[in-house]
Amino acid sequence: MAELQAAKSVSENPCHMCMPIGGILPLKGVEGSMVLIHGSQGCSTYMRRTIAEHFNEPVDVASSALNEKGTVYGGGENLKQALDNIRKVYNPRLIGILTTCLAETIGEDIERMAAEYLAERGLTDLVVVPVNTPGYGGSQADGYYLALRQIVAALAVPTSRHDKINIIAANVSPADIREIKRLLAAMDIEYTLLPDFADTLDRPYEEKYTRMAPGGTPLTDIRAMTGAAATIEMGVTVPPAISPGQLLADEYGVALHRLPIPVGVAATDLFLRTLREITGRKVPDDLLAERGRLLDAMIDSHKHNFAGRSTIFGEPEMVYAVTRICLENGIWPTVVAAGGAGDAAVSLFRAALAGSPEPSYFLRETDFSEIRFRSAAAGVNVAIGPSDGRYLTEKAGIPLVRLGFPILDRMGGQRILSVGYTGTANLLDRITNTLLDAKHHSYRSKLYEEFYKGRRLNMAPAQTR
Amino acid sequence: MAQALAIDGRQDFITTKGRQISRLKCDDDSIAGAVSQRACVYCGARVVLNPITDAIHLVHGPIGCASYTWDIRGSLTSGADLYRNSFSTDLKERDIIFGGEKKLAAAIDELVAKYSPKLVFIYSTCIVGVIGDDLEAVAKAAANRHGIEVIPVQSSGFAGNKAAGYRAACDALFRLTAPATPAEAALAGKDRSINYLGDFNLAGEAWIIRDYLAQIGVDVNVVFTGDASYGELKKATRARLNIMQCAGSMAYLASQLEETYGIPYMRVSFLGLADTADSLRRIAAAMGGGDLSRRAEELIARETAAVQPVIDSYRAKLAGKKAAVYVGGGFKAISLIKQFRELGIEVVMVGTQTGRKDEYETIDSLVADGTVILDDANPAELEKFMAEKGADLLVGGVKERPLAYKLGRAFIDHNHDRKHPLSGFAGAVNFAAEVYSTLCSPVWRQAKTGGDLNG
Repeated sequence: MAELQAAKSVSENPCHMCMPIGGILPLKGVEGSMVLIHGSQGCSTYMRRTIAEHFNEPVDVASSALNEKGTVYGGGENLKQALDNIRKVYNPRLIGILTTCLAETIGEDIERMAAEYLAERGLTDLVVVPVNTPGYGGSQADGYYLALRQIVAALAVPTSRHDKINIIAANVSPADIREIKRLLAAMDIEYTLLPDFADTLDRPYEEKYTRMAPGGTPLTDIRAMTGAAATIEMGVTVPPAISPGQLLADEYGVALHRLPIPVGVAATDLFLRTLREITGRKVPDDLLAERGRLLDAMIDSHKHNFAGRSTIFGEPEMVYAVTRICLENGIWPTVVAAGGAGDAAVSLFRAALAGSPEPSYFLRETDFSEIRFRSAAAGVNVAIGPSDGRYLTEKAGIPLVRLGFPILDRMGGQRILSVGYTGTANLLDRITNTLLDAKHHSYRSKLYEEFYKGRRLNMAPAQTR
Repeated sequence: MAQALAIDGRQDFITTKGRQISRLKCDDDSIAGAVSQRACVYCGARVVLNPITDAIHLVHGPIGCASYTWDIRGSLTSGADLYRNSFSTDLKERDIIFGGEKKLAAAIDELVAKYSPKLVFIYSTCIVGVIGDDLEAVAKAAANRHGIEVIPVQSSGFAGNKAAGYRAACDALFRLTAPATPAEAALAGKDRSINYLGDFNLAGEAWIIRDYLAQIGVDVNVVFTGDASYGELKKATRARLNIMQCAGSMAYLASQLEETYGIPYMRVSFLGLADTADSLRRIAAAMGGGDLSRRAEELIARETAAVQPVIDSYRAKLAGKKAAVYVGGGFKAISLIKQFRELGIEVVMVGTQTGRKDEYETIDSLVADGTVILDDANPAELEKFMAEKGADLLVGGVKERPLAYKLGRAFIDHNHDRKHPLSGFAGAVNFAAEVYSTLCSPVWRQAKTGGDLNG
């Protein structure tokens, strides 16, 4: 694996977003929760637009709408007014406050302001979760885990030991969240799943619309995470300092199992085996049959997949999971771009990519211009990641398998299923069929160009094929 | 439902036709916590300038600002496609502490070396406004170093609302179009051509209008800013007349060009049959009438004959429905009211993000009594008024779409990245077809029946 860190002063077509947008998602997966972005009006609007388009759901996020005055004299008044107004219109039980570049640069102390607000208004029921998410401080993946950690920190109270286990979900789709719940139910395991945006960001159509989406992890369950038998956190690439599971381990002694997203045979095996080891429950025959079907699918497709050379990009945790499924199937990862991956994560990628017989590039702090250049030079024939990768299709003819967040140019980002044995088979089919599509589209003309050698020169090629 | 209007101060931004429109508050800061649908100053500037095809659009700021606006508009190009890239200095914590000027200068150098542009726009963002990087100085030095134009856009996000971003873009454009030589200055207003302001060539809309004008005998000098190039913009002041569609973004530039170079401007709109025909007539008259007016009438007659029957067939299916409109600028809202009327649809709620007083007065004069008019609305208000007024359909952007659908209402995408033109005669047909496709889709029948499987 060659590690590359761009020595450029300019980013050409970004392949990650900023911290606060990552913070919104887990807050949307908490029951009765609302989000306030402390900054100028545009931040919340851009993020809402992106999230709304990915999930095809209304995504209400408030802004403290900082203007020049607030920037010069401090945004405390704006923040309090915003909290008042959110309570009036949404009546939430929890409000997450995410900062922005602007709020951080002018040095807003949101923790103090939030405490002051609750005291001034005499509010004892409302939970306020302050999260410092400067846009320049990290990517959306950092914001996602930090917000989770702060949610846990704000709610955690000492609880007597119980048998439930905590599952901290990575930024996967609502369909994936539902699949994880199905696996847990199949094993008859009681759990607290955080965040749970299976319903809040993928609402059924109902005759009556409620402004606050039903669903989300109940606050009482989050409070009791401190007494759980163990935590499984999907977050092997996550620095301990922003890990919610680490907080529960350090402060409440909840055993932490940090696992990759269960995509692929090995990662799903590990997930289920860990569940079995923690709870003593057996993996039921139904799930073993699903495993068998996945293996069957992998064998059926293996020759097609072996022709794949992949570029994998997006949030580090998802990139890691996809890298492993590509390695399991011989879709050799050729360009691996995990924007914002930390040092520990890089070692993980290095270890994983050592298993590839083909050369690979690992890109940190990269952009799509670099990814495109490397991918084209290395003969990549399939890209896997969020929809901004369409640039690789348009500019370098590399087809894209859409996966992760955000998917803005196709429908159904919220329904993409990739976890567990069944989800993996589903993902693998999407990759294989993308490779097949390209092959079927081009093999006639390719073979003609290569072998026909220009006999019947007078005829236009189109007529001869 | 009552709590939808619980926010202090919002009442002043909402009125009903029949009350005094002059009291409606608009063009003001959004209220904290109101869940405004507006974006920021930077967004306003970026969407106006981004369609300039052969410019480098460099965002001086953290990565998010560039990320959320990459290829943001579906503006089409007939030439360069440099504008479809999003360049950023990707400022990090150390840059916030030590300043970002060196990184900005280096970024320009790298981009110039790689792409050889004649024009670079540097967009300021929130933190740049706070840390105080001197964009003018960096721009000037880079311009001298490379012999190109480097124009800073003062678009710090917190310094006003989206309309302030339009103004920042107009400032940049005014600066760009200033004649570079006395010879060029002498040509100001002398050409027989016109400039077309406030069309961003979404789905080729500016091309449609350019073609109509060519058929009449009027040449378009340059479009601000759809499919515009550096070379064209440098000759902008030669035009005899500026026609302006999106006044919200361009009125400031139009008046500056009038004051400075004596180029008059007139408002036009190419949304809907009536507005399109009326605009073509007025342009022809303003350019001298005579043959131009005759050709305009021929064009209008020809095109109307072709599309009116189609529009009428849609009207037969759509008449009597009610629409709610919530869009970015005033001109769009005004045209939509008329365009819906062509389809037999009344607008029962209408609002904008950045409409101005005079535009709201026009809106008020057009709508029926009882219509709700509101500025800088939020989802709770949209929900409330759509329900109260019985709107069957909402016109809006990406953020509003899922709300409409969740409320079981039809939706029209009037946003930046639409893939079909809504301008001119061709656009009027597209519009009617889209209204029909969303109001009369069979999915609503499924959604509103059954479900009680255990009953």
